[in-house]
Amino acid sequence: MSTMVLPHEKQSHAHHDDRSFIQKYVFSTDHKIIGIQFLFMSLLFLVLGGGLAMVVRWQLGFPNQPMPGGGFFSEAMMNKGIMLPEMYNASVTMHGTIMVFFAIMPLLVGVWANYLIPLQIGADDMAFPRINMASFWMAFVAGLLMVASFFVVAGPANAGWTGYAPLSANPEYSGVHTGQQLWCLSIILLGFSSLAGSVNYITTIVNMRAPGMTWLRLPLSTWSLFITSILILLAIPVLAGAMILLFFDQTLGTTFYQPEHGGQPLLWQHLFWFFGHPEVYILILPAMGFVSDIIANGSRKPIFGYKAMVFAMAGLAFLSWVVWGHHMFMSGMQPMLGGAFMVSTMVIAVPSAIKTFNWLGTMWRGNIRFHSPMLHAWSFVALFVIGGLSGIFLANTPIDIPLHDTYFVVAHIHYVLFGGSLFGIFGAIIFWFPKMFGRLMNDTLGKIHWAITFVCFNMVFWPMHKLGTMGMMRRIYDPTQYPHLQEATPINHTISLWAFALYGAQIIFVVNFFWSLFKGPKAGNNPWEANGLEWVAPSPPPHGNWDGELLTVYRGPYEYSSPEAEANGTDFILQSEKPSSRQGAPGMAPAGH
Amino acid sequence: MDHAVEQMKVDERLEPGVHVYNMKFGMWVFLLSEVMFFTGLIGSYIILRFAHPEMWAEPGKVLNVPLTGFNTFVLICSSVTMVKSFAAIQNGDQAGLRKWLVATVGLGALFLSIQAVEYYKLYHEGFAPSVAMYKAAGGPLYGATFYTMTGFHGAHVTIGVLCLIFTSWRAFKGKYTATSHAGVEIMGLYWHFVDLVWIILFTIVYLM
Repeated sequence: MSTMVLPHEKQSHAHHDDRSFIQKYVFSTDHKIIGIQFLFMSLLFLVLGGGLAMVVRWQLGFPNQPMPGGGFFSEAMMNKGIMLPEMYNASVTMHGTIMVFFAIMPLLVGVWANYLIPLQIGADDMAFPRINMASFWMAFVAGLLMVASFFVVAGPANAGWTGYAPLSANPEYSGVHTGQQLWCLSIILLGFSSLAGSVNYITTIVNMRAPGMTWLRLPLSTWSLFITSILILLAIPVLAGAMILLFFDQTLGTTFYQPEHGGQPLLWQHLFWFFGHPEVYILILPAMGFVSDIIANGSRKPIFGYKAMVFAMAGLAFLSWVVWGHHMFMSGMQPMLGGAFMVSTMVIAVPSAIKTFNWLGTMWRGNIRFHSPMLHAWSFVALFVIGGLSGIFLANTPIDIPLHDTYFVVAHIHYVLFGGSLFGIFGAIIFWFPKMFGRLMNDTLGKIHWAITFVCFNMVFWPMHKLGTMGMMRRIYDPTQYPHLQEATPINHTISLWAFALYGAQIIFVVNFFWSLFKGPKAGNNPWEANGLEWVAPSPPPHGNWDGELLTVYRGPYEYSSPEAEANGTDFILQSEKPSSRQGAPGMAPAGH
Repeated sequence: MDHAVEQMKVDERLEPGVHVYNMKFGMWVFLLSEVMFFTGLIGSYIILRFAHPEMWAEPGKVLNVPLTGFNTFVLICSSVTMVKSFAAIQNGDQAGLRKWLVATVGLGALFLSIQAVEYYKLYHEGFAPSVAMYKAAGGPLYGATFYTMTGFHGAHVTIGVLCLIFTSWRAFKGKYTATSHAGVEIMGLYWHFVDLVWIILFTIVYLM
């Protein structure tokens, strides 16, 4: 309103913080607090989603044996501690749903887009702080709805995380009524939250960059979050539309997806995967960004091919819109169309390979620091390559026909989502933890956690490729009842034991997290000797981020080991450091040199 | 929302960024996602209808085209009054702003009332969204798609009218000036979008 407000606002940011506890930590509009709120919420969901995976692994490894703790479940789910198919189906469905929508997606976007974007571009907050706050609380309510569905009659949704119609559309088929409806409502609400978030992220990155922060000086984390936000913005509304039609089928008696009255189950598949494939990139691109930042930092070298990295991410984002049909090769598709989807899918290998070789090129002859964020980033590259290669298998229509809906697909998705995204997330948490909380995480515990997780992960998911080629179906309650899966029993048994070890090993991370939160060594502004603007701010940064100071950016984010830095006796130069010569005046030199 | 503050923040940082203030840019970005939402609904409609053309009745047989035609005219008029209110405040004309905003609220409310009457009549003629209750010409998908598409548009108009009432309330308190009127401008963007969507929906749902 009046122009007098502005100086006052700035002063309150800079000098004193008179917000109440509730304004500061609960209904906070500060992007950093919102990021931390997302972090705690999504880590809780990660534990829950992992627990559901353990339930699934119990049944597959020890079919028809009483599960420890099985007595706590209702008789509709467990018969004297032995899991019923209803329980198994619900666990598979909720594991997928919670991991995709409430763990990995908020861990990548909700946490880091909120926390990092303003800090990396030099803004004091998001463009719309109150919409940002609403975005978290919508996600929180969506999470409550999803959790509530465990406690309703007939249990939670059990039609798979893809919710294929008509199984999901008609309660008569699945036996689940309220649970499936809550599932729809929860995801629609989460969609609103994601939309509010991405409008914010896009506007902030476009409009709120500090002077001198040109597009090609953005850290790759911010680039990846920007591209991801565009994907969310355009993909989520389609999912919301599809979910609303599904919800009407369940509640109003419409038949959009039910063939007996003219509806089309295939319509659901098209809508879902039109969202679903961009979603796959929503779930990997941010991790690629974090890993790029961490690898350049850990190798003490400029990122290899900065522009190529940006264009490769944009290419991946574009391709993600024209490949959704590869999820539907077996749903009944005109072979020519299948061929087109096969070709467009295999083209994805090109930008993925560009990124992979650039990461290797960055590490090549670098002065590598083997700290735990770097180890996680390194495993990201290794495991993402394996997941990417099995993706090429599945993209081929003739190969997909026998492999479709088998454990080969399960192996593929977990190599990309766990081996890729989750390792990237662990690396990012350890890397930015000192900025968030002002203390470093314990590196030794970090390395132990990393090593056990890396080994157990591969022991769990690598043999699943084999199970897939043996013909073990992707969602199968009891594989022992099939003659052709008799040989799979020992493999399943072993996988389950490794899976329990994998889940148990995460305790190390939890202990490290909370111990470091209170007792970790104090981190300075810049514990990793990095270049980004976030490392200029105090750890943790105050409300307003730089004590009201306006930063100017003079250089790209990856000037490690440059001659200019070495002249100063270090191997890094902050982006806001004034150049000593004409080289690197604002708006001139691009990143990476 | 302090528009002046927003405006000044942008001026401060003019160097990078597009020269559009945050709220306006954000509204454009949000409308992009709305385009995708309605595209999903319209795409589903096209797929369902092409697969079962017999479920749709001849245009005008079930739906009252003249009445909705008039309603379309009402909504287009409301876009005109919205533009007039924006033009008024750009010239600092407070009275004009209030007059045209109130007219826009009125026309939006009229549109919703006519739609409510239309729904009431159709529903009582057996044109229902559910299979069990559908008794009109064509098939149940006709009713289901009709209520879904026009209903979501109606929900957007309802939200628009509520926001317009808020904008008018602020206008009567004198919150907008010739130099600071972002609220009116972004309200207009949303309102014109809703209008545009209706023209597409009217064409494919009622006329085709």
